[in-house]
Amino acid sequence: MVTLNSKIPQGPLSEKWTKYKADQKLVNPANKRKLDVIVVGTGLAGASAAASLGALGFNVKIFCISDSPRRAHSIAAQGGVNAAKNYPNDGDSIGRLFYDTIKGGDYRAREANVYRLAEVSNNIIDQCVAQGVPFARDYAGMLDNRSFGGAQVSRTFYAKGQTGQQLLLGAYSALSKEIKAGTVKMYERKEMMDVVLVDGKARGIITRDLQTGKLERWFGHAVVVATGGYGNVYFLSTNAMNSNGSAAWQCYKKGACFANPCYVQIHPTCIPVHGDYQSKLTLMSESLRNDGRIWVPKNIEDSVAIREGRLKPTDIAEENRDYYLERRYPAFGNLVPRDIASRAAKERCDAGYGVGTGQAVYLDFSSAIKRLGKDKVEARYGNLFQMYEKITAQNPYETPMMIYPAVHYTMGGLWVDYELQTTVEGLFAAGEANFSDHGANRLGASALMQGLADGYFVLPYTIQNYLSSEIYSQPIPTTVPEFDAAEKAVAEKIEKLMSIKGTKSVDTFQKELGHIMWNKVGMGRTAQGLQEAIPMLKALKEDFWANVRITGDTNSMNPELEKALRLSDHIELAQLMAKDALHREESCGGHFREEHQTEEGEAKRNDEQFMYVAAWEYQGEGVEPQLHKEELNYEFIKVQQRNYK
Amino acid sequence: MNLTLKIWRQENARAKGRFETYKVENISPDCSFLEMLDILNEQLVDKLSHPVCFDNDCREGICGMCGLYINGRPHGPDDGVTTCQLHMRRFKDGDTIVIEPWRARPFPVIRDLVVDRTAFDKIIQEGGYVSVTTGGVPDGNAIPIPKKNADEAMDAAACIGCGACVAACKNASAMLFVSAKVSQLALLPQGRPEAARRVQAMVAKMDELGFGNCTNTYACEAECPKQIKRSNIARMNREFLCAKVCSEE
Repeated sequence: MVTLNSKIPQGPLSEKWTKYKADQKLVNPANKRKLDVIVVGTGLAGASAAASLGALGFNVKIFCISDSPRRAHSIAAQGGVNAAKNYPNDGDSIGRLFYDTIKGGDYRAREANVYRLAEVSNNIIDQCVAQGVPFARDYAGMLDNRSFGGAQVSRTFYAKGQTGQQLLLGAYSALSKEIKAGTVKMYERKEMMDVVLVDGKARGIITRDLQTGKLERWFGHAVVVATGGYGNVYFLSTNAMNSNGSAAWQCYKKGACFANPCYVQIHPTCIPVHGDYQSKLTLMSESLRNDGRIWVPKNIEDSVAIREGRLKPTDIAEENRDYYLERRYPAFGNLVPRDIASRAAKERCDAGYGVGTGQAVYLDFSSAIKRLGKDKVEARYGNLFQMYEKITAQNPYETPMMIYPAVHYTMGGLWVDYELQTTVEGLFAAGEANFSDHGANRLGASALMQGLADGYFVLPYTIQNYLSSEIYSQPIPTTVPEFDAAEKAVAEKIEKLMSIKGTKSVDTFQKELGHIMWNKVGMGRTAQGLQEAIPMLKALKEDFWANVRITGDTNSMNPELEKALRLSDHIELAQLMAKDALHREESCGGHFREEHQTEEGEAKRNDEQFMYVAAWEYQGEGVEPQLHKEELNYEFIKVQQRNYK
Repeated sequence: MNLTLKIWRQENARAKGRFETYKVENISPDCSFLEMLDILNEQLVDKLSHPVCFDNDCREGICGMCGLYINGRPHGPDDGVTTCQLHMRRFKDGDTIVIEPWRARPFPVIRDLVVDRTAFDKIIQEGGYVSVTTGGVPDGNAIPIPKKNADEAMDAAACIGCGACVAACKNASAMLFVSAKVSQLALLPQGRPEAARRVQAMVAKMDELGFGNCTNTYACEAECPKQIKRSNIARMNREFLCAKVCSEE
C-alpha cells in the first residue's frame, strides 16, 4: 500500500522553491551521460522536459504517437500563456497570480506547487522570447498583454490566436536542437503500452510501433509521462482525435495513484454539437470573452421563435436580451472563470432559453464592433472568426456566434509530489497528465504555463534529486523477466481484442461511452445519475470485450486497433471518474453536484469533509480501488467561498 | 448527399498502389470531409475490410497532421483551409471525389493516404531554432522588436508543416516550408547571430533529402492552408546569397 508524501519543503511559501533548489542533490556532468531518461509525449511538457534534460547532458529518449513531435495537441491552444510580469503596471505580482490560480481552482490545489508555478511563470516568457517565439508586441516593440477569465489584471501573453502553436514550436525547436546534438533520440509513431517496473522502480516502457505493429522494449533510469489529459473519454471534446489517457492509465495499473479523476473542465465557448456523425468539438478561444458579450433572449417566446427559425438574433431588441453573466456576476461579467460560465449557459438552456438546437447561447460582437470598429475586431480575432465561419457557414461580423460548453481539459491526473514524482519510484508525470496545479478548475492561459513550467523549470531540477541516487545503477538489459512479462501482457491483450470478432465497431462503443459520461458525469452531476452510470459503464465494458469488431491486422498500420486499445483503457478510467465524482459529496470547480449548491445556484464546497486530494490506488482487476487522502492545508491563503460577483 | 469516392489504397511503402471505388450515402452537408471518411470507414469495418488509413489529429486546422490530395488539389477545393476544415457543403450531390496521398519522393507512402514527412523534421534539426538552452536568458522585454517585424515573423511562423507546398509543387520543392522558418528567425534579433549558418545548413539538408528546386510557379503559396507568402522564399534567397557572399563560415 502506498503512502502519500507530498515532500513539500519547509519554510515560508515564497522561499520553498529556492530552498529546495539549494538543498537538492545534483548529478555531475560525467554521470549525467550515463543516465537514461525516457520521456513519453512531445507536447509542451514533454518536449520542453526532453530538450532541457538533453541540454543538461542526460541521455534522453522521447516518444510520440504522431508522425512528428510538432503535432502534439498543445499546438491547438489559442488564447495565451499567463505570467506575473506586471508589464502593464496594473497591480500584478507572483502573489496575485498564485492567489488567482488557487481561487480559480476552488481551493483544491496544493499551495506550494501553485506558488512555484507563479514564480517560474516569468522565466517561461523570457525563455520563449529567447527562442524566437513571435509574441504580439505593441508599437514600442514591447510585449503585449490581454486579460483572461478569472483575473482582474492583464497578464496573458499571446501570439495571435495561435499561442499554443508558437510555444509548442518553440519547445519543438529546442528539442530539434538537442536531437541534432545527439543528446535526445526521437521516436515517432510509437505508442506507450505499458511501464515496466523492476524492483518497484520504473525502469522502462513497452511501445507499439504504429506503422509495423511491433512491440518494443526501452530502458530508462527514470520515466517521465507527459501524455496529456483524458478528455476524450467523453468522445466529443475539444481534444485532438488521438489524445488519450492510456499511458497514464497504464501507470495507474502499475501502482501510480490517480488523483481527482472527476475534475474535468467544461469550456464555455465551443461551437455547439450539430449532428451525430460529428467527431470532435471546436473551441473558440476564451479571449473572445474580452470583447464578446454572452446572451440569450429574455423572453422564452423569443427563444422558441429563434429555434423555429421565425426570428433572427439581430431581431431581438437590446432590452429583450439577457446578458446573464453580466447580470449575475457584475464584477467579472463575461470574464468569469470557465466552470462558472459553462454552468450559467447550461442553466439558461435547461430553463428553455437556449438558441440554435436549444443547446446554444449567443456570443455577440456587435457592441465591440460599434465601439472599436470592424478593423480592430478583425485584427484581434480575425482568425477565430474565420475559423467559425468555415465550420458553421455563418459570418460572426453580421450575426452573433453560437456557443455551448464542451469538455476541454482534465485537472485530474496522476498524483505527483512536489518533485512531480508519482507514487511509483522513478516514474514522473508532467503537464496535463499530472493533477498538481489547477485544483478543481483551471484558469484560462494556465495550461501552457503549467506545461512549460514543469518541463523547462521544475522537472530538470527535481528529477536530478532522484537520479543522483541512480548513478550506481547499471542499465538494465531489456531481456530481464520484468520486460518479458510486460510485453507478453500487451501482446495477449492485443490478441484477445482481435479475436473477439464481434459485431459493433469501436466508434459505436466510443460514442456510447461518451453519451453515458456527458449525461451522467458531465456538467451537472447527481448521486442518482452517478449511481446509474456505474453499472452502465460496467455493462459497457463487458459488451466491449464481448462484441467489439476490429478489422485489419496487427502487423501494419491499423487505426481501428489503436482506437480499441485506447478505448479499453478509457472505459476503465470512466469507471474511476464516476466513482470519484460520487464519493465527492460537494461541488467545487469543474465538479458540480446538483445536490450541493447555494440558493443562487453557485457551487457549494464542503471544506470540512472534502478539503483533500483524492488519490486512488489500483488494487487489481475487479477489485475496488483504495482511496488515499492528501489533506490540503492552506497556511498562507484565507479560504473563502469563491465569489466573482 | 450521395457520393462516389476514388481512393488510393496501398498496403505499405513497397506495395503497388491502386484506386478503389467506394460509395457513401446520406452525407450531411455540415459534415466535415474527414467525418465523411469516418463514415466510409464504419462501412468498411461493417464489411470486415481494412479501413482507409489517413493521418489526422486536431481536426481544427492547426496540427498539420492531415493532408489529402482531393480532386487534384492539396487540401481540396477551398483556399486557406486544411483537409479537416473542409466541409461537404463544398461538394454537390452525385459528385465523384478523387482522394490521393501527397505525392513527392521525399514523402514515401506508409499506407493508403498516410505519408512519411519526417524529412521536414530533419530539415528543422539542421538549424530551425535559436541555439539557446533552458535558463540564463534576458528579460522578455530586454530587446524591443518593432511590431512590424514581430507581426511578419508571426505570419511566417504560422506554418503548420503539413507538406501541402511540397505536394503542390511540380518539383516537390520544400522552399516555402524552409523559407517560413528561415524568415521567422531572420526577422527577429534573437535569430540573427546564427542566420548565415542556419540558412545554409537548412538548404543543404533540403537538397540532400531530395526536395526539388523552386521554379517560381507559386503553386505552394496558392495551396498553402495557412497562406504563407512567397515573399518568404525571396527573403530566404537573399539570406542564402548574403550568407554565401559575406559569411566566414
